[in-house]
Amino acid sequence: MSNNPFPLPKEKLLEAYTKMKTIREFEERLHVEFAKGDIPGFVHLYAGEEASGTGIMMHLEDKDRIASTHRGHGHCIAKGVDVNGMMAEIYGKVTGSCRGKGGSMHIADLSKGMMGANGILGAGAPLICGAALASKYRGDGGVGITFFGDGASNQGTVLESMNLAAVWNLPVIFVVENNGYAESTSIDYAVAVDSYIDRAAGFGIPGVTVDGTDFFAVHEAAGEIIKRAREGGGPAFLECKMVRFFGHFEGDAQTYRAKGENEENRANKDCIKIFRKRVGGAGVISDAEFEKIDKAVMHTIEESVQRAKKDPLPSAKELLTDVYVSY
Amino acid sequence: MARILSMKDAINEALDLEMRRDPTVIIMGEDIAGGAGAQGEEDAWGGVLGVTKGLIGKYGAKRVMDTPLSESAYIGAAVGAAACGLRPVAELMFLDFMGVCFDQIFNQAAKFKYMFGGKAQTPVVIRGMVGGGFRAAAQHSQMLTPLFTHIPGLKVVCPSNAYDAKGLLIQSIRDNDPVIFCEHKNLYTHAVDVPAESYTIPFGEAAISREGKSATIVTYGLMVHRALEAAETLAKEKIDVEVIDLRTLSPIDLDTVIESVEKTGRLVAVDEANPRCSIASDVIASVMEHAFKAMKSAPRAVTAPHTPVPFSPTLEDLYIPSAAAIAEAVRGTMK
Amino acid sequence: MSDSQIKMIVMPKWGLSMSEGKVVKWLAKEGAKISVGDELLEVETEKIASAVEATDSGTLRRIVGEVDTVYPVKQLLAVIADDSVSDSEIDAFLASYVPPAVDEEGEAEKDAYEYIDLPIGTVRYAKYGDGGKTLLFIHGFGGDLDNWLFNVNTLAENHTVYAVDLPGHGRSVKSLTDASLAGLSKFVLEFMDALSIDSANLVGHSLGGAIAMKTAITAPKRVKTITLIGSAGLGNEINMGYIDGFIGSESRREIKPFLEELFFDRSLVGRQMIDDILKSKRLDNVTDVLRHLADTVFKGGHQAEKLGDAAAASGVPILAIHGTDDHIIPAAHTETLKGKASVHVMGDAGHMVQMEKSKETNKLISDHIH
Repeated sequence: MSNNPFPLPKEKLLEAYTKMKTIREFEERLHVEFAKGDIPGFVHLYAGEEASGTGIMMHLEDKDRIASTHRGHGHCIAKGVDVNGMMAEIYGKVTGSCRGKGGSMHIADLSKGMMGANGILGAGAPLICGAALASKYRGDGGVGITFFGDGASNQGTVLESMNLAAVWNLPVIFVVENNGYAESTSIDYAVAVDSYIDRAAGFGIPGVTVDGTDFFAVHEAAGEIIKRAREGGGPAFLECKMVRFFGHFEGDAQTYRAKGENEENRANKDCIKIFRKRVGGAGVISDAEFEKIDKAVMHTIEESVQRAKKDPLPSAKELLTDVYVSY
Repeated sequence: MARILSMKDAINEALDLEMRRDPTVIIMGEDIAGGAGAQGEEDAWGGVLGVTKGLIGKYGAKRVMDTPLSESAYIGAAVGAAACGLRPVAELMFLDFMGVCFDQIFNQAAKFKYMFGGKAQTPVVIRGMVGGGFRAAAQHSQMLTPLFTHIPGLKVVCPSNAYDAKGLLIQSIRDNDPVIFCEHKNLYTHAVDVPAESYTIPFGEAAISREGKSATIVTYGLMVHRALEAAETLAKEKIDVEVIDLRTLSPIDLDTVIESVEKTGRLVAVDEANPRCSIASDVIASVMEHAFKAMKSAPRAVTAPHTPVPFSPTLEDLYIPSAAAIAEAVRGTMK
Repeated sequence: MSDSQIKMIVMPKWGLSMSEGKVVKWLAKEGAKISVGDELLEVETEKIASAVEATDSGTLRRIVGEVDTVYPVKQLLAVIADDSVSDSEIDAFLASYVPPAVDEEGEAEKDAYEYIDLPIGTVRYAKYGDGGKTLLFIHGFGGDLDNWLFNVNTLAENHTVYAVDLPGHGRSVKSLTDASLAGLSKFVLEFMDALSIDSANLVGHSLGGAIAMKTAITAPKRVKTITLIGSAGLGNEINMGYIDGFIGSESRREIKPFLEELFFDRSLVGRQMIDDILKSKRLDNVTDVLRHLADTVFKGGHQAEKLGDAAAASGVPILAIHGTDDHIIPAAHTETLKGKASVHVMGDAGHMVQMEKSKETNKLISDHIH
């Protein structure tokens, strides 16, 4: 690999591509399946944002913890949560990651350091301060990453947590995945500052903004601040500017968007296309290799859907288990 | 050589013993050491009422953490640390402050185990002051136990004496579920015989504070003492009252309550909380459901009125259920 | 004035923690002729109910203690006097009666529990009375020194009485490295050393009886007599259902049926007795110590040592008292002592014969000790 111009060896690049592609196919397939009416509740899709979760998670181990958002499928897959368990969970099956009791918004796997998608905006920030505190207390070198959108960036929990992490010098990375919309409300309307770096500075936390559609930009920026946090340098703030291919939730008519915005995003801001163009263009991964991965991913997702559909629903007794007190 | 300890000291001792026993136990809260980063003593306060006084000297700032005045962040951090293997005891100075951090308690800590299909445990204790009589007015005097009790996944404890406080707090710390530990501020100085050793009191076991045959009073916290006072008065009138101290509100020991009512046939539920959806109304509803046939008269509830806690001492004294009001309610059931 | 001829019946004090009691019913009527030892009334405390016996003879002249009413310890309940004392004298006596300041005294007496540091750790004991002969009471498995509440005060009227909490029990240290009878006997001797008790009359209940025998065998010079009450160490069987149930029970509801096995009269198991036992059991390590102890002295579900013959051979005089309805250790075990000891098997009594037949037990002990 003497001609690899990237900061990652080829097998890591293959891994990153596989993760991003798996997320994309998972979400595209859910978009289709949801429309069929087989999936209960509501889902929020991460398609278009894959480079952020993957670029960051490439630096993490199981001992590192993440707190995700309502738009959490991508974070789960990037952190190594089992795709079959996730799909079954979204279908409400007993084989799901949470035995069908959590659903899309609450997928968690603490053994993988995934502390849960979260239906409450900004709620993951205090939790990840606690996870980071536990790592710091034990001295295991673990870090905590909390993801939130530009919408939740205005939550008091996030702001309080930034102060707490700074005061306690916790190994926490605050990642705002800025896709421009808080549900339907534009960031220009809802976030008072022009730059999140300024906001982070207000808490004495270093901040960096990157192009979230560029895997390598995310990977490089995340690498530096994660290393710093691991070494006791304290919290940092990372803004990934990105696009959301779908609506806030499935069924969102997206009438708040500009005309042609989605088409423009798909054509020119697709992080997977950009990755493939750069890595393929450099001759590090061939088209045949990419296509082989694509095929394998399609197979994985197809299988996960088929399994999830066939899997059993929770039995009635599950209603009263896994709760501390039942009357 | 009885060992008489105040409830405040018993709570301190429970924390001390558990921190000594288990290195994953840490405590955090606003001013729980007191003076962090200031010029004078690090151990200046030990909490606003000194409950945690002395612990930082024994366990250091790594385990006795002063927090910013930022309940949402540090209560959430305690919850997150619990999900990651520590056993944090977070002090929410006055439980009235739940308003600014309730999401971390009821949407996060309480739900993890169920929502994640049993794959998470959250051994966090959130302890704080409850109750009136301190002239602390509307936002520092409430009995919010019913709100916490309503939430599945939370355990709710409210001891009436130092002995129970120590055993229940140690149980709370060792328990793998989130526990809301309610300390009545007017019982901090109340002292009883407390063993020096560690011990636990299981959740869901009410104490029978006084045995009696004529009527059952069910209550918890400070009201146990008011109920016992009422029972003394009633004893002179040949009304032999049984007083049940629930000790834990979630889980609740309905068996003991129902057994007692089946014996006495009369029930007065006493609660320092506001009346609607209170522990009192819950107890009465449960007894009516399970022991209706045993009832000799209609049950009665003695609670605070449906008002905020007033400031002026004359008003606050009217607000908190009195022994006289409890005794009168019992007389009412005897007719 | 014939005050001296007017004898007071007062609320008794059974055990250090009793501060008040309730008059359940009167067993004797006003005007009845009373002899010493007659049962006058039934009193219920938070711990237990029992009869109050007359300590004087005469006519029960006046009952002032009302049924279903709680009175502090030492409060006047009735007066006994000869018929020669006039009613007006009785009235005058009652009118001038001043109730004792029981609260302060009660608190002071609570502090009669004492603690001493032994090699094994801190040990709780209580000392009652002074002078006379020296007795040391040793409770049984899972018990504590309050198991003797109906015995110690009576015997302390003429003697010096000690009662101790074994390691892992009551408020003594919650560790027990050597749980064998030899280890426990060594503990008893260390306790006697620490209190400079050269020799004593040992009174042991259940496992405490086996410990008393072991001590008599290993150190006969330090043991004047032994009294074995519902004693272990005489036969093979032990009710392991009780032992395991006692250890394993965590709540009032669970433990109650096991405690009821201890008594002939199951209604004696009251709420306070259960609460007190749970208080002790809930201390850290108690369950572990009890398990370790049971696994040692009742290994494999049988009593590990039979000491009757050796104890008799030690030359230390033995008194054995057993209840016919003992469901923990069969009364038949005392047969091994026939001819070698004074054996008394009493009807209407279970394993806690010293409580259920306290009057007879106290008399037997009193007559037995040296």
